[in-house]
Amino acid sequence: MKLFNQANFAFIEKRRRAYVFSAALILVGLAAMIFNVFSLGRWQNYGVDFTGGSLIQVEFHQPTTAAELRAALGGAQAPPITRFGEDNEFTIRAPLGNDDVETIRARFENQLAAAFESDVFTIVRTETVGPKIGAELERNALLAILFSFFVTMIYIAMRFELRFGLAAVIATAHDILITLGFLAMFRVEIALPTVAAILTIVGYSLNDTIVVFDRVRENLNAKGGRRQDPLELVNHSINATLPRTVLTSGTTLAVLLALLVVGGAVIRDFTLVLILGVAIGTYSSIFVASPALLEIQKRFGDGSAIRERRKKRGAPATA
Amino acid sequence: MIIALVGASLGYLFTNQIKLGLDLQGGMHLVLEVDDPEGIMAPEARADAIDRAERILRTRIDEFGVEEPIVQKVGSDRIIVELPGIGLNDESRAKDLIQQSAFLEFKLVLPITELEAALSRIDRQIVGALGVDSIRALGRNEEGPSQDIQNLIFGGQGADSTPTDSTQADSTGVEQGPEVEDSSVNLRPFTSLLSSGDIEGAYLVGTEDIEVAQLFLALPEVQRALPRNTSLHWEADPIGLGQRTYRRLIVTEEDAFVTGEMLETATAQRDPQFNQPQVSFQFNRAGGRRFSNFTTQHIGDYIAIVLDDEIVSAPVVQDRIGASGVINMGNSDMVQAGDLALVLRAGALPARLAIMEERTVGPSLGQDSIDRGRIAGLIGVVFVVVIMALYYHVAGILAVMALAVYGLLVLGALSAFGFTLTLPGMAGLILSVGMAVDANVLIFERIREELTLGRATRTAVDAGFAHALSAIVDANMTTLFTALILFQFGTGPVRGFAVTLAIGIVASFFSALYVTRTFFLLYLSRKKASDPISI
Repeated sequence: MKLFNQANFAFIEKRRRAYVFSAALILVGLAAMIFNVFSLGRWQNYGVDFTGGSLIQVEFHQPTTAAELRAALGGAQAPPITRFGEDNEFTIRAPLGNDDVETIRARFENQLAAAFESDVFTIVRTETVGPKIGAELERNALLAILFSFFVTMIYIAMRFELRFGLAAVIATAHDILITLGFLAMFRVEIALPTVAAILTIVGYSLNDTIVVFDRVRENLNAKGGRRQDPLELVNHSINATLPRTVLTSGTTLAVLLALLVVGGAVIRDFTLVLILGVAIGTYSSIFVASPALLEIQKRFGDGSAIRERRKKRGAPATA
Repeated sequence: MIIALVGASLGYLFTNQIKLGLDLQGGMHLVLEVDDPEGIMAPEARADAIDRAERILRTRIDEFGVEEPIVQKVGSDRIIVELPGIGLNDESRAKDLIQQSAFLEFKLVLPITELEAALSRIDRQIVGALGVDSIRALGRNEEGPSQDIQNLIFGGQGADSTPTDSTQADSTGVEQGPEVEDSSVNLRPFTSLLSSGDIEGAYLVGTEDIEVAQLFLALPEVQRALPRNTSLHWEADPIGLGQRTYRRLIVTEEDAFVTGEMLETATAQRDPQFNQPQVSFQFNRAGGRRFSNFTTQHIGDYIAIVLDDEIVSAPVVQDRIGASGVINMGNSDMVQAGDLALVLRAGALPARLAIMEERTVGPSLGQDSIDRGRIAGLIGVVFVVVIMALYYHVAGILAVMALAVYGLLVLGALSAFGFTLTLPGMAGLILSVGMAVDANVLIFERIREELTLGRATRTAVDAGFAHALSAIVDANMTTLFTALILFQFGTGPVRGFAVTLAIGIVASFFSALYVTRTFFLLYLSRKKASDPISI
């Protein structure tokens, strides 16, 4: 069985459509972030890992609705309650206060005990995070991503050429931006696993992009590669790696879907973000990274002019 | 080499299990810092305090009896404590054990006359520091109207300032009468809370007034207004007199004559007479000598045993006391007595520790995550096996075998190096599995391409591996860099992700380039160079 053998799709020719598509996704995401700033006060639906505060997860052994729980916890004054997974499990978030988690838990327990029978619920998880930890987490994750961009760019510039590094970073940033946009739009709670998921996307997207770029590099360095129409060369490279792209992404997506279906509530959000990231990462290595490479080349040259000049002054540049 | 590595991995897997993170196995995770919200401490002092606290916590927790606890310093100012299996029921006990400073002091109790002269100054300082309005707003006026009205009305009349005698306080618990020495003060916020005590050196404060009194005492102005070398300590347990409950506020010397540093040992036991829990302690030689010298000079005086600024008991010195003593635990149970003995043995924390982060996962939730993870993992494996076998036939099966080796290597490495597997860590594994599959796909696609170009089987395989190499190297290297950077910058969960990712990448690199290739060569060696291969 062979998929996309000898494929010859005109990917690069469709790049303008891809730009519009990407721009639309990014704009919608940004709009959602801005909307969140006004309605939630934060650009993402940060969980207690970031905001600080307490979280209590309670499991009911009988069918219970969020409304019942909310009524038990003080109706309109009740803290935010989220259904956790498909079972009768809920998380209750309490903002940072002077009370420690045990005081808060005792209060909730009393309220719950007053409304439900005592053997009906179990508290299965509690978390308290100080405000300092959350701020640190956000800063460190951001620093890590920026620094890894920098190092990746240098590595690719050394192994490939500078423009490849730039294009790879642009594509990865594009993927992160769109993912964050989706998270903002659906107000997915940003917890620690979500951060891990975003980091995974960075890794996956880079991997995908490098595979395509590797083929571009190879074709470029082949006999007559530099004289070939860059657009055609890149397009050809994408098509040549297409079977691999489809197979790898397909396998990964299949595994992730399995995780999504049976993985349970704890990793559901996490898996959703990954699925999204794999889809966008695959798309971007074809429709963003490769066109970006060409655009950079168009604006700034492919560096061959410099190379030639260095080699022999006055030699005709081949671009 | 492959066999050796696989063997080693299997060996490790069978001898030590992979440690599961608390998010998977259930337990309690704490992040502690020196409690210093204003940032007064010098960085060196803080680092030193954390170093010592780490040692003391380790001793305490080792004795606490949790399996495989972790006490680890992170950076220069943080300690992580992980207690697997500590569920939601033991949470507060574990926290007490960790947070209790356990600073034990023995101080001489002073007669209250030592403080009398300073009382009006203390009141003035409180009024000066908080302002009349906020003192009224503290709600004392509403709760004890008669008393405050008395204060306001008779404030300037200079009533007798000696406290009511102890029998009166014992029998009726009446508040001390109005007394003012300085006519310019007509509010006596602190003094009005005090009744004279039932033993020497003690005032009584009604339980409902304690919060306000503590607020007053915490003011730096009040601390400065105390006479030289005196301090005030609350007694830990309240006492009931008549209808009301009180806590004693006891005047002591500021300097302790012996501290817990001179303790040799401490054990929990039952008081033979009343069968109540108590902690008996033994001083070391220097402590014992100092203790007996001091008690010889102070027969008939009271001594306060102060634990973390609260007085646990204030016995009178009947006779010279030697190298040992007991702390009566009153209403506590034996578990609490045992914990106190434990923290006393382990030593006092050099500073208060604040809990920055606390996570407790019940064992059922963790088990659920593991079970589901296992099912999902199995399904994932089945998918990969089926897809690879269908698409690449024999070569696909070879790749699956190489992936199995990869899986063993990763798990073996995790257990050999003692890394902990957490949920984010599993994410790292998923990514590296993906990259391991990807490497095989890259190689096979290349081999197919070479075959389509009409190369001989053997040449095509070699060329396929050679051509795929650069893509695999570059992809793995960039991801490895990312993992290392994440490890450097990341905190807890991000690090867990980075570690498994890094291990996974190294293993996937090895499995794709070396193991798959070896399997391929074994497969090819049974064929002639021109035979077609199943790919």
